[in-house]
Amino acid sequence: MGALRTDLAVSTVRELNAALHAPTASAYEVLHPQGAHSIAAGVHDTVAVDIHGHVGYYCAGMNDGATITVHGNAGTGVAENMMSGQVRVRGDASQSAGATGHGGLLVIEGSASMRCGISMKGVDIVVGADIGPMSAFMAQAGRLVVGGDAGDGLGDSIYEARIYVRGKVGSLGSDCIEKPMRDEHVAELAELLAAAGFDHDPGEFRRYGSARALYHFAADNSY
Amino acid sequence: MCGIVGLHLRDPELYPRLGPLLNGMLSQVVERGPDSAGVAVYGDRRRCPEGYAAVSVLDAPDDLDVALPDVLVTSAGDTTVLAAHVAPDVLLDAIRAAAPDAVIVGTGTELTVYKGTGHPCALAETYDLANAQGWQGLAHTRMATESAVIAAGCHPFSVGLDQCLVHNGSFANHATIRRELQAEGVRFDSDNDSEVGARYVAARLAEGEDLEKALRGLCERFDGFYTLLVTNGNGFAVVRDAIACKPAIIAETDAWVAMASEFRALADLPGIDAARIYEPEPEKVYAWER
Repeated sequence: MGALRTDLAVSTVRELNAALHAPTASAYEVLHPQGAHSIAAGVHDTVAVDIHGHVGYYCAGMNDGATITVHGNAGTGVAENMMSGQVRVRGDASQSAGATGHGGLLVIEGSASMRCGISMKGVDIVVGADIGPMSAFMAQAGRLVVGGDAGDGLGDSIYEARIYVRGKVGSLGSDCIEKPMRDEHVAELAELLAAAGFDHDPGEFRRYGSARALYHFAADNSY
Repeated sequence: MCGIVGLHLRDPELYPRLGPLLNGMLSQVVERGPDSAGVAVYGDRRRCPEGYAAVSVLDAPDDLDVALPDVLVTSAGDTTVLAAHVAPDVLLDAIRAAAPDAVIVGTGTELTVYKGTGHPCALAETYDLANAQGWQGLAHTRMATESAVIAAGCHPFSVGLDQCLVHNGSFANHATIRRELQAEGVRFDSDNDSEVGARYVAARLAEGEDLEKALRGLCERFDGFYTLLVTNGNGFAVVRDAIACKPAIIAETDAWVAMASEFRALADLPGIDAARIYEPEPEKVYAWER
């Protein structure tokens, strides 16, 4: 059976999302998204959704199991609070990509803007090119892989997420430090790059994470 | 939340289509600012003929009689546009003499400004935006946070010749800067924080700075949240604050430069599929001149 096709030039996003929330097919195609918000938000089945064009805010938000591909750019908060599944953006993503995500894999083939992976809680995010300033702010768990450069304030107030950057880092945020790449880090990075479909050499990346000085209270932090 | 759209045309063949294109862009940011909307059009020679000055005013009296020959008067809701074949200051003086209580919301030799409250699409019709022509235009839909929902609080703020500023966000230290400017003799028309930004930029431009330098100065002096689109008789500039939490997206082709709060406002522009699309970085000024 071929993919069910929805043309947003004639259907509404609500109609599309209602269909995706009670799927009757295993694959869906979406045409003419024209930057509309909340496309394919809240999908909780293992369906494939291909969106042909640029999407607005919160595309694939809360995804739980679906494989959602944006053949274009994505606006603010793509795959925010994802639980599981895979979201792929073939172009660039705006700010707060993958925000608060608990699980699954978000792949951005181009660049992501500011606050990529803010407060990530277990999601894996792989970005082909650059990420903007203030990314991985208060990141709690999960892995963020950056094939290009990272902007200023990377990993500010980070908890236990791990960050791998191949290019330059503008500056590190408070309590974020560079850490040694041990064998297990090279192995998990290779796995993430393979899952995302990038052929970068894991040996070209550096690892960043928490110095654990902010959220572990030492005796001299008491008042 | 507010909505901003702006279009700076490079290809003169598109000048007759400025109005329809800007109208389409405006219709995509209605939800971002449903309480009022303002529009500025540059180079529409039916609204401001070559060699004329145009002045936009709010609350013009019904019997407004300006003591100048052959004044073109167009009424568009709360806004009245007057154009005459004189220098801008001559027209301004004549309007102030005839209607001392009217609020001047735009003055120039290229520019006509329209402001009003209500649904942005209805206002666009009132302004006859779909029939506008010209080389540059911008529109703003407002969701008020810092001052009242009245036509005078509506953007753009146009406080210098052919200048406009529209703002998404809120300035934190506007009262301090307002007092400083007032001490230098600058007068204000509203309590709006964005007007302070516009007055600041106008003062810097009056000192001979260009848009880029004036906006770099604004970044140093103003605290708060802002995505700004600032225009004058030469061009078009965009800047965002250091945190950049207010959205902005820019698209460029050989035929035009466009800026909007959201991509959907750009989605129907001609040639968008081949446009260079990017987000402006924090505290970096992007400027284009014609």
